[in-house]
Amino acid sequence: MTADVIDRLAGIQPGSRLDQLRERRPDAREHAQHSYEALFCPETEEHVTLIERDAVAAFVAGLHRDDAVAGFYAERLGELAPDLLTRVKQEIDTGRTTGPYGAYGEPELAAESTVGPVHRSKLDGRLAAAFDHAHLLVFRPREAAAEHLQILLDAGWSTTGIVTLSQLVAFLTYQVRVIAGLRLLGAAA
Amino acid sequence: MKFTQDRIGWRPWLAPLAEEELTDEHWEALVDKARAASPYFLLLARDPHVLHARTKTDNDIFYNADGGLPRAERELAATATSRRNGCVFCASVHARFASHYAKRPADVQRLLDEGVEAEQDERWRAVIDASAALAETPGALNAGHLAALRAAGLDDLAISDVIHSAAFFNWANRLMLSLGEPE
Repeated sequence: MTADVIDRLAGIQPGSRLDQLRERRPDAREHAQHSYEALFCPETEEHVTLIERDAVAAFVAGLHRDDAVAGFYAERLGELAPDLLTRVKQEIDTGRTTGPYGAYGEPELAAESTVGPVHRSKLDGRLAAAFDHAHLLVFRPREAAAEHLQILLDAGWSTTGIVTLSQLVAFLTYQVRVIAGLRLLGAAA
Repeated sequence: MKFTQDRIGWRPWLAPLAEEELTDEHWEALVDKARAASPYFLLLARDPHVLHARTKTDNDIFYNADGGLPRAERELAATATSRRNGCVFCASVHARFASHYAKRPADVQRLLDEGVEAEQDERWRAVIDASAALAETPGALNAGHLAALRAAGLDDLAISDVIHSAAFFNWANRLMLSLGEPE
């Protein structure tokens, strides 16, 4: 059990107004933390290693440009794999853009399609495929297609590993938004 | 397929677990046993701990009736987020809920047809604008969005509910969009 990550990164002190507010939705509070623990303190690394989890998280958090969240996940990766952190920071620099964008597969929505960058990771093998997929999920989820999952399978990801990877990226897009929103709500008092 | 309030299906691109493969841990992760009929939840059950925590988070954000934002507007935030991110399936489900609870199907349909910029009354404008800003990466929610929510009559808990409902659909949209497709 680790300290509540959302509280820590949103700067929520015990007994504060925001602490009391979060307590009104106790399951949401507890299980956002359980999601974090299930993803980052896993019982097994069979399908996704801890280094892979921390590397993807550092990348996704960096793409969101929230200093506290990006710093938290960079620190986790830095403790486990300092050399990899340097390379992940380069990936963040080349991957940064603004979203959501992308072409719709549905012809009826083609008028709303917008183009934007497609990330091409310079990392190796499984991790490169995971970073390209993470960037797709963060910035242009509407473009996701079956062929993107085939790229992950071809790179050695298992079906279960793809589910965990997808959950990890998608959960982080939730966590970073709750942190930013609560921080803003605290400041607006 | 356009954005719609019709009932549509969803087909996974990866193999879900078969019902006969489910262990006690998987059943617990599904939370509601009826979800074993859903290929989406049976696919997510491949990582049962995360599915369980995801579902408990989801249920508290949308079903906890202890004050805060009315259910209709939690569903509105989910619909606006799904519209902005481009998740036709998620938008269909939560547009139906928003229409049902608010009894405003025409306003919801305008959100689906014209997008998050479509004309709405002041209170829905504030909820939709905050949700759309939260869908941006990097995040674009600012103090002006919160002031508009407050001016529309939302208290701190209701504003927190907007934030959580919209944030949660950034999670949900990405799973639905990337693990399968509407049919």
